[in-house]
Amino acid sequence: MSAGTARRGDPGLAFVGPFLLVYLLVLILPMLHGLWLSLKVIDIWGDGRFAGLANYARLFADPVFGQSLINTFLVALMIVPLLTIIALGLALALNRAGRGAAVLRGIFFSSSILSVTIVTLIWRFILAPDAGLLGEVAKGMGVEPLPFLSSPGLALWALAITTIWWSIGLPMLLFLAGLQQVPADLYEAAALDGASRWRTFARITVPSLRRTTILVVMLQTAAQLQLFGQSQLLTAGGPSGASRTVVLFMNEVAFGRWELGYAQAAAEVLFVIILCVTLTQYWLTGRAGEGEGGR
Amino acid sequence: MADDPVTRRNRLPLPALIGVLVGAAIMLTPLVWTLLLSVKSNAALIGNSSAALSPPWTLGNYAAILGNGQTLRWLLNSLIVSVGTMTGVLVLCSLAGYGFARLEFPGRRPLFLLVLLGLAIPGQAVILSQHQLFAWANLHNSYPGLILPGLTTSFGVFFMTQYMRAIPKELDEAARLDGASHWRIFTRVILPLTVPAQSTLAVFTFLGSWNDYWWPLISVTRSDMYTLTVGLAAAQMNYAQTSGLGFLMAQAVFASVPIFIVYLIFQKQIIQAMAGTALK
Repeated sequence: MSAGTARRGDPGLAFVGPFLLVYLLVLILPMLHGLWLSLKVIDIWGDGRFAGLANYARLFADPVFGQSLINTFLVALMIVPLLTIIALGLALALNRAGRGAAVLRGIFFSSSILSVTIVTLIWRFILAPDAGLLGEVAKGMGVEPLPFLSSPGLALWALAITTIWWSIGLPMLLFLAGLQQVPADLYEAAALDGASRWRTFARITVPSLRRTTILVVMLQTAAQLQLFGQSQLLTAGGPSGASRTVVLFMNEVAFGRWELGYAQAAAEVLFVIILCVTLTQYWLTGRAGEGEGGR
Repeated sequence: MADDPVTRRNRLPLPALIGVLVGAAIMLTPLVWTLLLSVKSNAALIGNSSAALSPPWTLGNYAAILGNGQTLRWLLNSLIVSVGTMTGVLVLCSLAGYGFARLEFPGRRPLFLLVLLGLAIPGQAVILSQHQLFAWANLHNSYPGLILPGLTTSFGVFFMTQYMRAIPKELDEAARLDGASHWRIFTRVILPLTVPAQSTLAVFTFLGSWNDYWWPLISVTRSDMYTLTVGLAAAQMNYAQTSGLGFLMAQAVFASVPIFIVYLIFQKQIIQAMAGTALK
């Protein structure tokens, strides 16, 4: 077969065709259909009617949506900085050879393989003041247990604690991988200069981890803005909406009240917010790359 | 990771060591607590879950799981869906990766960009209209309905394309001169060289599919088609009171054992793959 036949087109399309077909039908078509859906008012099963931006107008006047949007930002704000700092600390501590460090890395990653159902099941019976582990410990110490799941001020913290325990593994691994990429000669040079541990950390490690840090923060922000299972399974969004996230709001509107168009409008708003986060990441990592001299 | 010069200073300062050990205890306590609750009789736990700390322990809850068949059915569904998704992703992404990385055809660049666009589309943006479209296609409560949305991974295509691009051109040029077809080059030359990438993508996809919650929650309404995540969530709702606490926790342990076995066997590969691929 000559090189000409390869360029004639058919074989290439034949190889990428199957994926593209599924991709267009199951992802791109629903995305376009979703935009259309968000412009329609649908009550229960039925085609609904075109209503322009009515869903969006209603959304921004809806205090329930407003509260869920604020909750979503708040919970991301509780989770992302803590997760990033803890993960960085763990990576610094566990970036060493030896069996002990390997076992500890395994322990900190192990919870990440559990499903959200299992994670919330476990934590519900830790955080519940009456029958939970924390309740038993508090009882043993003779103090009143904190009502994590039933107090409006604490419910978001219940989601945050659970989520941090669940997802500490991946950011830790990303930081470990980032540390592995710091050129060793930098550390050797610093050691020759007699630089202190702190100085080495501040002048070499921290700047070298810039890209990784941006990646971790942005990936986690995008992920936490979509937080759903913890909110639904741990607190059911309660008490009185104090821990309802945007995605839980979508789920309730779509499959509780069957207002698909209205729920889809909420999805599009969240989509735009997440897109901004993703674009910020590309922009920042692009700049961080330039700063590192074209590595 | 083992013999890197960076890791030479091998002693951890004492405060850091204590911090890490406390952290490890916090990570493990919930798991140990779950395990302890799962081997207590439900009656012993009512109103007093600290009973889990002392004997008598029993395997009764596990026997009850094996006896009622429902959890086993969910386990089977999860296996079918996860293995199906994993296989589908490997086949589609390998084919597409070969096409994008090693063949020229009209529209290659725009089509590849179209695939990359998918990296920016989060699941929540499309899931409601997927639900509506799948309802029209009568695909809910079926294995294809559960598997199909998992096959649209832009990351998988991107990952395989990058990997196949890095394989030297000379390898398949020689085969092409001998008159081998693209299919033959793909299956005999390229695929065997991509085994590490295939296993990384397989692990990712399997874990993701096994733990997926929202799509099976809304796509499946019949309890015999539940996957483990959804089935356990339903059970969790039914046991809002603590009357079946031991049984519930035994279900959680039972459902996690397969994935923990996979994790323990492939721990090193999983950790390296996760860390390596996410940075590329």
